[in-house]
Amino acid sequence: MPTRRPPDLPERDVTPEAIFHDRRRLVRLLALSPLALAACSQKGEAGAPAPAPPPAPGTALSFTPNPAFRTRGPLTSWQDVTHYNNYYEFGTSKSDPARYSGTFKPQPWSVTVGGECEVPGIFAFEDLIKGIALEQRIYRHRCVEAWSMVIPWVGFPLGVLLKRFKPTSRAKYVAFTTVDRPGQMPGLSYPVLDWPYREGLRIDEAMHPLALLAVGVYGRVLPNQNGAPLRLVVPWKYGFKSTKAIVQIAFSETQPVTSWSQAAPDRYGFYANVNPEVGTVPWSQHTERRIAGAGFSLFGNRIATRLFNGYADQVASLYAGMDLRRDY
Amino acid sequence: MRRPDAVGWSKPLVALLALMPLVLLVLAVLHDTLGPDPVSRLEKHTGIWALRLLLLTLAITPLRRITGWSALLRYRRMLGLFTFFYATVHLTVYLVIDLGGFWSQIFTEIAKKPYITVGFAAWLLLIPLALTSTRGMMRRLGRRWGQLHKLVYLIGVLAVLHYLWQVKFGQTIAVRQPVVYAAILAALLLARWRPRRQAMAISARRAPGRSPAPAPPP
Repeated sequence: MPTRRPPDLPERDVTPEAIFHDRRRLVRLLALSPLALAACSQKGEAGAPAPAPPPAPGTALSFTPNPAFRTRGPLTSWQDVTHYNNYYEFGTSKSDPARYSGTFKPQPWSVTVGGECEVPGIFAFEDLIKGIALEQRIYRHRCVEAWSMVIPWVGFPLGVLLKRFKPTSRAKYVAFTTVDRPGQMPGLSYPVLDWPYREGLRIDEAMHPLALLAVGVYGRVLPNQNGAPLRLVVPWKYGFKSTKAIVQIAFSETQPVTSWSQAAPDRYGFYANVNPEVGTVPWSQHTERRIAGAGFSLFGNRIATRLFNGYADQVASLYAGMDLRRDY
Repeated sequence: MRRPDAVGWSKPLVALLALMPLVLLVLAVLHDTLGPDPVSRLEKHTGIWALRLLLLTLAITPLRRITGWSALLRYRRMLGLFTFFYATVHLTVYLVIDLGGFWSQIFTEIAKKPYITVGFAAWLLLIPLALTSTRGMMRRLGRRWGQLHKLVYLIGVLAVLHYLWQVKFGQTIAVRQPVVYAAILAALLLARWRPRRQAMAISARRAPGRSPAPAPPP
């Protein structure tokens, strides 16, 4: 499926809040009428303009929007991005991360870098990102549970950071580990996964310009529930690949063991590339429910899932010659 | 027509109560309080209420035996029909609102996802029970009515399976709700075992030939 160029959506096109809320009321009224079904189901990707920027929480970051990375269709609201996500360290329900991450301390923070690289060490968060320009990228986010969002992340390409550690020629993979703090993360008391949470990428995937390390969302510092202070965003893979609250980066010659593929190898592979044709029981991956726009929408949320989450133009070459059914 | 007694009067009240979950859901939709993914919440709540009403329906017989209050039986048809009602709303939300626009997917969904196959089968089996719930059908079917309505046990098992099967991986440890429902169903089914032989013994002692209404299903 060819990807169309995203339309430009300058700030002036953002609907004023009053009109925006009025629109919500109207949609709400319509939603009860069966006649509204046909009208509402037209939405899909090419929907309304982005919702208004979020209210105050969080420290504002300085960044430059990167126009090369945009997505058609409305953004997911700040409220939904920050109150509906999976972060099992805080609980398995999607409302748990926002509810139970209040006491989590994302500062001070340090990251341990090791393995096949010339500059290993323990780096303070501030030193780690010193001199790296932050940019905003609007990415589609596809969860393996078949829902998706459109999120304006603030961060920088993962490769920019990884190159600072000078990975050796034997660094074929890079593994990421999430922090493990039972006192601040109530979900860790359940043996849902073999904690701490571990994920990984092949080195060429990690160096791909689409792979992002995020420190913010919606122009502000990452909230705890979204993986503060530092998280991975790999938009062409299912969300569980995007490790949150990273404390460890390790380069290796062999493929690292990752939490989900360890827990349920028949469902979750190492690659976990978004692929509508490769379903994992009990979900099929042909379609997804897009959580975006005004927040209230009963109809027309379901859209077709695209190979590599619509980023095939950019990343398909990484997997040339591979059997995506086998290497799921 | 006989004059309505206490049970007769209370029936509309029970019906109103049974409708409350739906009313609350509609209000939640109107006030946009169902969260970021209202469709999945609608699916979950309508499904849960179908299951709760099914368990309530199944609880009538054991409750009647324990309390000795046989009038309870007169609420059973209504509860059963509300079970069918919520199951139908549940299926409609899934087909019309959730799958909306992807109609071609319906058959693959029903056939390929085990929990949907099982849930859909449960709904299909509810149809003959709802259709034969009238007094006329009871009379016409006679003994076979009771046999047909034993399907409700199978429906209960399918419904619980439908719920258990879609708990996301890992939540089997953290989320006990579906297991609780399964346990309640198991208890309600077990409660029917031994006393049934007693019931047979009782009915054998009774004078044969005179049965006022078709025998209630066990």
